[in-house]
Amino acid sequence: MLKVSEHVIDACALLKGFEADVSGAGAIVSFSGIVRPEASTGSVEHLFLQAYSPMTENGIQAAMDEAKSRWPIENAMVQHRVGEMKAGDTIVFVATASAHRRAAFEAADFLMDYLKTKAVFWKREKTDLGDAWIEPRDADYADAERWR
Amino acid sequence: MAKLLYFGRLSDITGAAEESLTLPDSVSTAGELRRFLDLRFDAQGALLEPTVRIAVNNELCFDTATISEADEIAFMPPVGGG
Repeated sequence: MLKVSEHVIDACALLKGFEADVSGAGAIVSFSGIVRPEASTGSVEHLFLQAYSPMTENGIQAAMDEAKSRWPIENAMVQHRVGEMKAGDTIVFVATASAHRRAAFEAADFLMDYLKTKAVFWKREKTDLGDAWIEPRDADYADAERWR
Repeated sequence: MAKLLYFGRLSDITGAAEESLTLPDSVSTAGELRRFLDLRFDAQGALLEPTVRIAVNNELCFDTATISEADEIAFMPPVGGG
């Protein structure tokens, strides 16, 4: 279950649908990434996300397949927004389901580290002080290294 | 003509996110195209950075990859979503 689109992400509705699809699971984990109102250089007016289809989707799908091979998860969902969004909007929604909680937590964490550092997106932040392309922080790369 | 795509901060340097280009005779690999374009845009090495990866027809490739007029060639600075 993967979708990259310009549409607003309604995390509550997605979680409800995911829960219904994996009714046999004992554990469901979800993560929502939200556009922060404050950047390092001022207040965020909007955030612009650029993707490169189908490379973006192919890469995320491969990461979801890897998550399924590494952890006994029943299902996973990734929805990622592209285009222009404002502070408070949901950029990304990830959900995982498994029989027990550890696999669902770790698989969701793994997928988020992939999305932050390897997924084919580019981010441009517009603040009251100007525009800037945002690239992953060292901390993001260090997080992703945990799964090697 | 080859279709060239410039993502993220690279489009600020090239002035456009995409263009069609007849590859010069001197350019037959991804690396040669990288060097040709860096000079053409006076990018001061921005296109030569090792963190800028090249994808040919949606597949990441090495600079030694052969390219042709029918290809879609993307220049990709470091990626990241979420």
